[in-house]
Amino acid sequence: MGNILSIITFMPLGAAIILALLLRGDDAAAQRNAKWVALLATTATFLVSLIVLANFDPADTGFQMVEQREWLLGLQYKMGVDGISILFVMLTTFLMPLVIAACWDVTTRVKEYMIAFLILETLMLGVFMALDLVLFYLFFEAGLIPMFLIIGIWGGANRIYASFKFFLYTFLGSVLMLVAMVAMFADAGTTDIPTLMTHTFGTESFSVLGVQIVGGMQTLLWLAFFASFAVKMPMWPVHTWLPDAHVQAPTAGSVVLAAILLKMGGYGFLRFSLPMFPVGSEVMAPLVLTLSAIAIVYTSLVALVQEDMKKLIAYSSVAHMGYVTMGIFTVNQQGIDGAIFQMISHGFISGALFLCVGVIYDRMHTREIDAYGGLVNRMPAYALIFMFFTMANVGLPGTSGFVGEFLTLMGVFQVNTWIAVFATSGVILSAAYALWLYRRVVFGDLIKESLKSITDMTRRERVIFAPLVAMTLLLGVYPALVLDIIGPSVSALVGNYETALATAQAATQFASN
Amino acid sequence: MIGADLQILMPEIVLTVFAMGALLVAVYTTKDAMAPLLVWATSGLFVLLAVWIGINGEGSNIAFDGMFVDDGFARFAKVVMLLSAAAVLLMSEAYMQRRGLLKFEYPILVALAVVGMMVMVSAGDLMALYMGLELQSLALYVVASLRRDSVKSTEAGLKYFVLGALSSGLLLYGASLTYGYTGTTLFSGIIEATSDGASLGLLFGLVFLMAGFAFKVSAAPFHMWTPDVYEGSPTPVTAFFATAPKVAAIALFARVVHDAFGGIVGDWQQIVAFLSVASMFLGGIAAIGQRNIKRLMAYSSIAHMGFALMGLAAGTVFGVQAMLIYMAIYVTMNIGTFAFILSMERDGRPVTDIDSLRMFSKKQPLRALAMLVLMFSLAGVPPMVGFFGKFYVLRAAYEGGLVWLAVAGMIASVIGAFYYLRIVYLMYFGEGGEQLESRMNPVLWSMLMGSAAVMVIGVVNLFGIEPIAAAAAGTLVN
Repeated sequence: MGNILSIITFMPLGAAIILALLLRGDDAAAQRNAKWVALLATTATFLVSLIVLANFDPADTGFQMVEQREWLLGLQYKMGVDGISILFVMLTTFLMPLVIAACWDVTTRVKEYMIAFLILETLMLGVFMALDLVLFYLFFEAGLIPMFLIIGIWGGANRIYASFKFFLYTFLGSVLMLVAMVAMFADAGTTDIPTLMTHTFGTESFSVLGVQIVGGMQTLLWLAFFASFAVKMPMWPVHTWLPDAHVQAPTAGSVVLAAILLKMGGYGFLRFSLPMFPVGSEVMAPLVLTLSAIAIVYTSLVALVQEDMKKLIAYSSVAHMGYVTMGIFTVNQQGIDGAIFQMISHGFISGALFLCVGVIYDRMHTREIDAYGGLVNRMPAYALIFMFFTMANVGLPGTSGFVGEFLTLMGVFQVNTWIAVFATSGVILSAAYALWLYRRVVFGDLIKESLKSITDMTRRERVIFAPLVAMTLLLGVYPALVLDIIGPSVSALVGNYETALATAQAATQFASN
Repeated sequence: MIGADLQILMPEIVLTVFAMGALLVAVYTTKDAMAPLLVWATSGLFVLLAVWIGINGEGSNIAFDGMFVDDGFARFAKVVMLLSAAAVLLMSEAYMQRRGLLKFEYPILVALAVVGMMVMVSAGDLMALYMGLELQSLALYVVASLRRDSVKSTEAGLKYFVLGALSSGLLLYGASLTYGYTGTTLFSGIIEATSDGASLGLLFGLVFLMAGFAFKVSAAPFHMWTPDVYEGSPTPVTAFFATAPKVAAIALFARVVHDAFGGIVGDWQQIVAFLSVASMFLGGIAAIGQRNIKRLMAYSSIAHMGFALMGLAAGTVFGVQAMLIYMAIYVTMNIGTFAFILSMERDGRPVTDIDSLRMFSKKQPLRALAMLVLMFSLAGVPPMVGFFGKFYVLRAAYEGGLVWLAVAGMIASVIGAFYYLRIVYLMYFGEGGEQLESRMNPVLWSMLMGSAAVMVIGVVNLFGIEPIAAAAAGTLVN
């Protein structure tokens, strides 16, 4: 099984090709077949990925199950997983069957819809496994194409604007990263990620157009990567594409976007920014911490006044991602552990919340909060599940949301108390907007005429939510499940970071003496 | 001696003799009735010559005391030009036939233009250069106004001619200055004369020469003719303009700046960098307002020339290699795109408005998918091959010390992505509008599918073009 990672990555693509070539017609039977093929392929991918998890050795902090082939121009096709990436791979393979099941009721252009999601899964998995800069970029960027189509073809009324904004915003962010990658290639002579992690990029300060750049080349490279990942994450103030994209995307698209695509930004910070540009990160960390604190408070406040459910949850996602960026740039064990944990947990929770919105949207075809009220009277099961994920989103102890927030706050408290204080206020704000949303939608009397005949969740919908509930609870009660896997890799990352900083400082001192 | 020289020139001679022979035969026999046959024969000959040059060519051969150079660089450009010209000719046959435009002169003029291009890329002397350039241009002026009863087509021909003559004048003036200050028209002589820097007069000559080249590659700010000529000419002719002549012009550009002025890279580098950045931004921004797909492709080609010039601006071997790869990819993408444009019809009339593409994917999913691949490839989004073209020139520019150019180019590519995306959007989720006809000529269909397939499958290894381009670039720059 030397190429199991490639098998996982390209299995969905294979299914997509089979669908594209073999499935003809657009009648009900063909649509059902398309859905079943997609569901089987994603489930099979998940099952195979369990083998990877089983064979994974957390104690080994290097890359495992590596496969490597020559490509063009001195680039390589190189795949591998380590403690940081493996859980993102698992998150993706775990969620994709649920996503496919969630779009079971789609009736327009079903075959294309399934193909788009299958291709998207391949590209997302590739992002988390690629160990070559350009290969990473290839997967990272290519993911825009299916997502552009998903929002554009199956999206809401204002989908054209949203899809263009989504594409161009993220494209602009990542082309700068491409320039930085070229610069790294030229400087280190390789695009191999493990090698680049040990390569020291220049830290000599120089001035560009009269501006003194502290940390020199590392800071510039860091900024270029930051442009890409901050947009993807998204961080305040470049988050504005996300609410638009979320609101217009179909339910399944929103789930993928919130649960997996956003995590690419955080993953990028952990894979590139911290290990490759430690000096740059150190120079810029205060900026990130400040932006994160602003994001947490500001977007929580914005979420409070939203009238569209999806938009509210989208802003809440931005706030939660603020904890992630904050945790990453504390660069200590708790902070990064918490950031990764938060990303995984947010994958389940935000995915589930968007599914919750999808459940009532499918029935009423509106996402206006005012259009609902008193749903508990007719949809008790829905009320329970929505309640559970609302609490998880708030960070109630016992759910996975709590662990991530607590760890990141603990991490940041050691670095900067003020940031920690501001960020903690976000916990209260998140309780405010989430509970208020819940009250307006679910509680109260059922007075709206249109809601009088609404039906509770079907068996299919319950089955989709069951694994998400289970994972959220399990990780909330027993976080070691995640932390044991990521722990050694994170501590190696932090250790290398501190060594690199110490070396750089010693070199500077030596130079000034 | 002359025998050996002619031996080197054999492909050009074969093509010239063929063109003149075909002219005679056609005039004295059935005239336009044999045009389809001539089209097929000419493209067949193009392919044969491409294979011949590709397989047979070896080393660097110099003919006529350096007037004519046959090296790896020239051969690479010639193969690309010949194959693309063959593809475009084949694509145009049915289209022109149906509109009564298929005159027997058409394939012959194209063949003569190709001879001119082959001389251009092999020129080792300013005189040979000018001769090739004019042979090419004169043939193209006529081809542009092929539709004699259309005002737009004749306007296109006339505009092309007047502005082309102006640029030829500039180029000739530059050549005369160069001759005046170096005492030779041979590239090898010029590079010797500039071994210890260039005099001011020579720099003037260089600038005029480059202005002439910039006109031929349609780089901003010498691009004005492009949209009008692209729009006015019959679509197959537009397809031809967008492919082979572009390769020839940019190869000639590279040939002159490296072979003749390779000693003073610093002096021309800034000019090329400026042309590059201006073209990229102008092409990207001006295309946003276009609703006519032919004008849109004109601006797109301006932007792409900017990217190719970015490789040239690096002034290194790798830069030339990047430029060659970029051009090969660009030509392949354009062939597919124009195959699609040629098939855009309603009631048997060509349609150029991009709004007619609305919801095209519903009726023709496969063709829409192929076009989607090509559009993303043109925009430079991975994993399409177009991305690798951009990656190569980007790396060349960075390693050539032009970081600002690399950053500017990437920003321009985001602006440019907008209008490619718009075509995708119209095809996939732009509702309303009249539908196009679904009929598509099998030749066009296979060109479209082939080109799209190359853009996807090429991600594996670019069909091994990389080492060939590297070798070709190595023979030019030393």
